[in-house]
Amino acid sequence: MQRIGVFVCWCGSNIAGTVDVQAVSDALRNEPGVVFSTNYQYMCSQAGQDIIIQAVKEHNLTGIVVCSCSPRMHEATFRKTAAAAGLNPYMVEIANIREQCSWVHKDMASGTEKAIILGKAAVAKVNLNAPLTPGETPVTKRALVIGGGIAGIQTALDIADAGFPVDIVEKNPTIGGKMAQLDKTFPTLDCAACILTPKMVDVAQNDNIRIFSYSEVEDIKGFVGNFDVKIRKKARFVKEDICTGCGLCTEKCPVRKVPNEFNLGMDNRRAIYIPFAQAVPKVATIDPDACNMLKSGKCGVCSKVCTAGAIDYKQQDEILDEKYGAIVVATGFNPISMDKFDEYAYNQSKDVITSLEFERLTNAAGPTQGKLLRPSDLKHPHTIVFVQCVGSRCASCAEKGKEYCSKICCMYTAKHAMLIRDKYPDTEVYVFYIDVRTPGKNFDEFYRRAVEEYGVKYIKGMVGKVVPEGDKLKVQASDLIAGKQLHIDADLVVLAAAIEPDKSARPLATMLTASMDTNDFFTEAHPKLRPVESPTAGVFLSGACQGPKDIPETVSQASAAAAKVIGLLVKDKLTGNPCVASANEMMCNGCSTCERVCPYGAITYIDKEFRMPDRTVATRRVAQVNPAVCQGCGACTVACMSGAMDLRGFMSSQIIAEVDAICK
Amino acid sequence: MKVSYFPGCTLKNKAKDLDVYARKCAEILGVTLEEIENWQCCGGVFTSKDEVATKLSSLRALRYAQDRSQPLVSVCSACHNVLKQTNYLMQNDQAFANKANLYMTSNESCDPYDGTTAVYHYLELLRDVVGFDKIAEKVTNPLTGRKIAPYYGCLLLRPNSVMQMDDPENPTIFEDFIRALGAEPVVYSMRNECCGGYVTMEDPDFSKSKSNAVVNNAVSFGAECVVTACPLCKYNLDKNTHTIPVVYFTELLAEALGIKEDCDNA
Repeated sequence: MQRIGVFVCWCGSNIAGTVDVQAVSDALRNEPGVVFSTNYQYMCSQAGQDIIIQAVKEHNLTGIVVCSCSPRMHEATFRKTAAAAGLNPYMVEIANIREQCSWVHKDMASGTEKAIILGKAAVAKVNLNAPLTPGETPVTKRALVIGGGIAGIQTALDIADAGFPVDIVEKNPTIGGKMAQLDKTFPTLDCAACILTPKMVDVAQNDNIRIFSYSEVEDIKGFVGNFDVKIRKKARFVKEDICTGCGLCTEKCPVRKVPNEFNLGMDNRRAIYIPFAQAVPKVATIDPDACNMLKSGKCGVCSKVCTAGAIDYKQQDEILDEKYGAIVVATGFNPISMDKFDEYAYNQSKDVITSLEFERLTNAAGPTQGKLLRPSDLKHPHTIVFVQCVGSRCASCAEKGKEYCSKICCMYTAKHAMLIRDKYPDTEVYVFYIDVRTPGKNFDEFYRRAVEEYGVKYIKGMVGKVVPEGDKLKVQASDLIAGKQLHIDADLVVLAAAIEPDKSARPLATMLTASMDTNDFFTEAHPKLRPVESPTAGVFLSGACQGPKDIPETVSQASAAAAKVIGLLVKDKLTGNPCVASANEMMCNGCSTCERVCPYGAITYIDKEFRMPDRTVATRRVAQVNPAVCQGCGACTVACMSGAMDLRGFMSSQIIAEVDAICK
Repeated sequence: MKVSYFPGCTLKNKAKDLDVYARKCAEILGVTLEEIENWQCCGGVFTSKDEVATKLSSLRALRYAQDRSQPLVSVCSACHNVLKQTNYLMQNDQAFANKANLYMTSNESCDPYDGTTAVYHYLELLRDVVGFDKIAEKVTNPLTGRKIAPYYGCLLLRPNSVMQMDDPENPTIFEDFIRALGAEPVVYSMRNECCGGYVTMEDPDFSKSKSNAVVNNAVSFGAECVVTACPLCKYNLDKNTHTIPVVYFTELLAEALGIKEDCDNA
């Protein structure tokens, strides 16, 4: 039999204004098991907690009910109080009589009645509470960062600087990501390569960081502190440790017409290539779909010219098994395909390009060496039209675009427009927009400069159609403020394509059992208070995989994710949540239903031997919960048809006792 | 195969070509167009949120096809648009369907229309039932070397959620059809823009500018001829532009199947 103490909080007038706290503590005094009941102005204050500690000692209490605010607010506080009084912290129950009672009721009578009922339910539950002890698991002190863009780079550098080893897995031949393709960065207009490539070099030189480039994560098992990860190192047909990155092979390769993905297909590369001059690792890669030697066995030029002897046409994919304590997802974004937006004639004219293509066109290392020449005839364009929100904020056309704002486009378009007007003042630049959204440090000032100092023509309204005719692009648009239709003969049209998560994110989320939203962005554990953690323990989020982000924001989040990882890796052992599911093996019929509903992959099945009453031994298949992985959601207890699954701290018997107390 | 055929008013007058070629070609391709008895004008435009009255013509046609378990086929873009949208309304707006059926069953002593009739535009019939590959096999007079610009106009593809024929911004059905006839489709930007439509009655200059924009764009992409499925498009383009010929797609089909002269003499 428990000896329960009830402590009713006034929360100043928050509760006492609508609930007669004296009546509540009086009523609960008569409940089964209750030996002490009182009320106090602020139970969470030190004085209030002292009342609890005192009462535990004086009345030999074994269980505590606090009638107060939501357990989200102060459950942890009162558990600590119980522990200070020598009780098991899980012998505390909170009856929420503030958020779910006093705040939503207006009159004292009904508020008091409900508070008493909620208190009775909590008492009924504590009567069945049992002490719980959290388990401990060791931590593998190594982190995995998936994705080697600026997000992954920053996260890896910060973790490595704290002294922990980190591995970066990057699916492309080099790290650098989208930022490596950019020309200048807003709002300061420093060149992207100048600030990114030193960081890439830092990564390469840091003894704590290993780069697995041209590699992909193939499988993830395990749980926080103890992930087992399979990494596929794709064959690049070049020995990474021998290649010096001299580039001779890429000059001699006879296959010249392979679309260069780094320049978004606007020029060509060879079949053996190094994506760009500052690539890390600076190692050549053979494209097996283009290489004559790999396709038909006839060529071998690269092998002949390579003085280091790094070419290996027989190289195979390699599978690495690695262990990690924490995983950071930094898979980034891509612009959406423009195929469904043919009103802008993207597929009909070479001179209709996306903003990322524009970045390459103005980049000194790009296909035009940074001269602004339009792709079709390499002439200087005199009239350029920028179209904002192509596929963004597209609620009415969900099958084409995205409902959300892509966030970065307003700023990069202001940058593009400004740079054009600065370099080529004879060029007319129009920007069509729905809204201009430029919050951020020095962002709005930047946009204003484009309008006021650089004379970029911002027009509120959308482009309805782009028609290539002759060497012009006829742009039909609306000017919403003037209330008229506009017809502009443009030489170049630049589309601010919406951005979406990388395609690799969805299968990765499945492997990680990490949740995603309907747009395939990773979901954070709490949108405000835990923005860099996934709800899955040990999985952290960095950069645009969680939502559209610019570089400053990405870097902030990357460092924040690193801080969280470091906080995890410094621990030698992890204390688990004891409120986890457990299977009653005698009742389990081995049906696997719980395994299928578990969103965290915490349940496995084993064959176990049982001694039967007649002294024979029978082997049965039973469920096993890994307490380090279980998050205590309770889905399995609901799904279990034989009633074998129960959640510690929330046993079915406890829940039913609460319901009975409410319905009595 | 037999289908219920809704010709529409224009096909009995100004757009006889569209009708005559469609029937003859269908026969060669193994489809019999059975003209609906006592069909009435579709109304010309689909007026949304309107009373049952303006949908009755379509409803009767849909029910006629339902009674015969046949798909309902039309050639005119405008008729097809009205039929398809009415069908969609019957399938998706229960309140409207109840009201329309209550009227029909009590006044016309017939079974209610249950929304099951499949509505095809003639082009869809060619693509989805006959198959463009089959048509290519039957072509006896391939239109090799001809550069033909398909003109979709607005009604054939929109609203996309209802019409479900092709991507409204980047359609290919007409191009694939032209390829099946052995000709070369000209893909141009204005192929799914409006010709000016009925505005031609109110403001002829407006439809003139719209029609010219379409044809000039087609010409700039090298077109020798424009094909359409819509009598109103053909009317506006014929009246307002004089650079290249505008013909119905069924005429082109008849020519490729080698029966154009038979039709013309009939």
